[in-house]
Amino acid sequence: MQFQLDVNGERHALDLDTRTSLLDALRDHLGLTGSKKGCDHGQCGACTVMVNGRRINSCLTLACMHEGDEITTIEGLGRPDNLSPLQRAFVEHDGYQCGYCTPGQICSATAMLEEIKAGWPSNVTDDLEAQVEVSIEEISERMSGNLCRCSCYPGIVDAIRQVAKEEARA
Amino acid sequence: MRAFDYVRAGDTAEAVREAGGAETRFIAGGTNLLDLMKLEVMAPGKLVDINRLDLGGIEATEEGGLRIGALVTNSDLAADVRVRRDWPVLSRALLAGASGQLRNKATTGGNLLQRTRCYYFYDRGEPCNKREPGSGCAAKDGMNRILAILGTSEHCIATHPSDMAVAMRVLGARVEVEGQGSAREIALEDFYRLPGDTPHIETVLEPGELITAVILPPPAGGRQIYRKVRDRSSYAFALVSVAAVVAVENGRIAKAQLAFGGLGPMPWRDADVEDALVGEAPSAALFDRAADILLADAKGYGGNDFKIPLTRRTLAAVLTQATEADQ
Repeated sequence: MQFQLDVNGERHALDLDTRTSLLDALRDHLGLTGSKKGCDHGQCGACTVMVNGRRINSCLTLACMHEGDEITTIEGLGRPDNLSPLQRAFVEHDGYQCGYCTPGQICSATAMLEEIKAGWPSNVTDDLEAQVEVSIEEISERMSGNLCRCSCYPGIVDAIRQVAKEEARA
Repeated sequence: MRAFDYVRAGDTAEAVREAGGAETRFIAGGTNLLDLMKLEVMAPGKLVDINRLDLGGIEATEEGGLRIGALVTNSDLAADVRVRRDWPVLSRALLAGASGQLRNKATTGGNLLQRTRCYYFYDRGEPCNKREPGSGCAAKDGMNRILAILGTSEHCIATHPSDMAVAMRVLGARVEVEGQGSAREIALEDFYRLPGDTPHIETVLEPGELITAVILPPPAGGRQIYRKVRDRSSYAFALVSVAAVVAVENGRIAKAQLAFGGLGPMPWRDADVEDALVGEAPSAALFDRAADILLADAKGYGGNDFKIPLTRRTLAAVLTQATEADQ
């Protein structure tokens, strides 16, 4: 099937089997190997990308369903010489060991902080109608769709908290 | 994954027209369907993509309720300020389910139609009457700690895994569907079917019928609670869950609406339990009596026997919280 994908601000023409997941299209056909394949069933979060600003599991959606959507991968968030605030904070706080889950963690956290700014409650929010505080408990709950086999969760949470604080001050 | 034809429908009429064949499935969020297709537990010959349909909004109804478009995501529904204020049990149930990424994709219509997470349904090396009618049920004598204790049959003991549907059930929601040349509304209490000897048929939807919206009646008031008991504190299915809408007036229970997840093949609600509570003063003995009624026909299969006392305790905890004097 022929279709187009808009990824990190660039349009790509593709001709792929309808079975191709968005993750496989990014990795195998567009050379964007930052997004990782862990479980391929939506359980680990290593494949997390943003579609129209929202984080999703790219393994659990078909590439051909995303014509016209704005897709952002880890490659679109920052570059080695120009890191995004979360990328920099993950480095500073040792938010990884092997690094395999990191692109998914950072894409997920980037969109998650926007969800908090938009006032979305979570399962651990006491008052559904109050403004959410970016606490350790809130971050842990909201990031539960991203697993880290190296268990670098303390560093991941610290990195996210630091960026949330910086953004609150700005 | 087996090969399939892919059609992107432009409107509801086209979607319904394209879905005429038996091997056709609608796809919206796809988070459950694609998971099952990768494992070839489901292998539709054709997918009709309904994401371009105009089924995305949440609107107030004339009667004071909400009409939730079938494509509204679980995230948007949970965060809707009206739902958070007036139907909080629904926000709570949605937020208790899945992960942030999945809630951004999963839709209101698709959530109602998600399939069981029974291990044997997923394992094509094992018999399963839901996956392959007539092949048998490996779960009854197998690993069944997550499976049902109410509404089961000798052919299937699967649970319905949704949290959202449990809240929809306690709120008395209705499902709006469209077929070829027909449209109808189905009360959620009539939407699901017990497994009996046809566990592969899970709802009363006709082939090709499309869910277009879910209707919430006006706010139910009362204290609204969704309590979910599970193996992890986040991103896990319910072993037992209780959705409650309870009001106390002059020391007596004036309203008691209760629905349960993790117990049966559909979000479970038992009018006899609610009738036994209304008009009575809250007490531990009363809550125990309610549990007796709810669990009178409960049947454990070994690994899930613990769900019977767990349900009793979870119900008591929820009713205690819901009827406490000062909140």
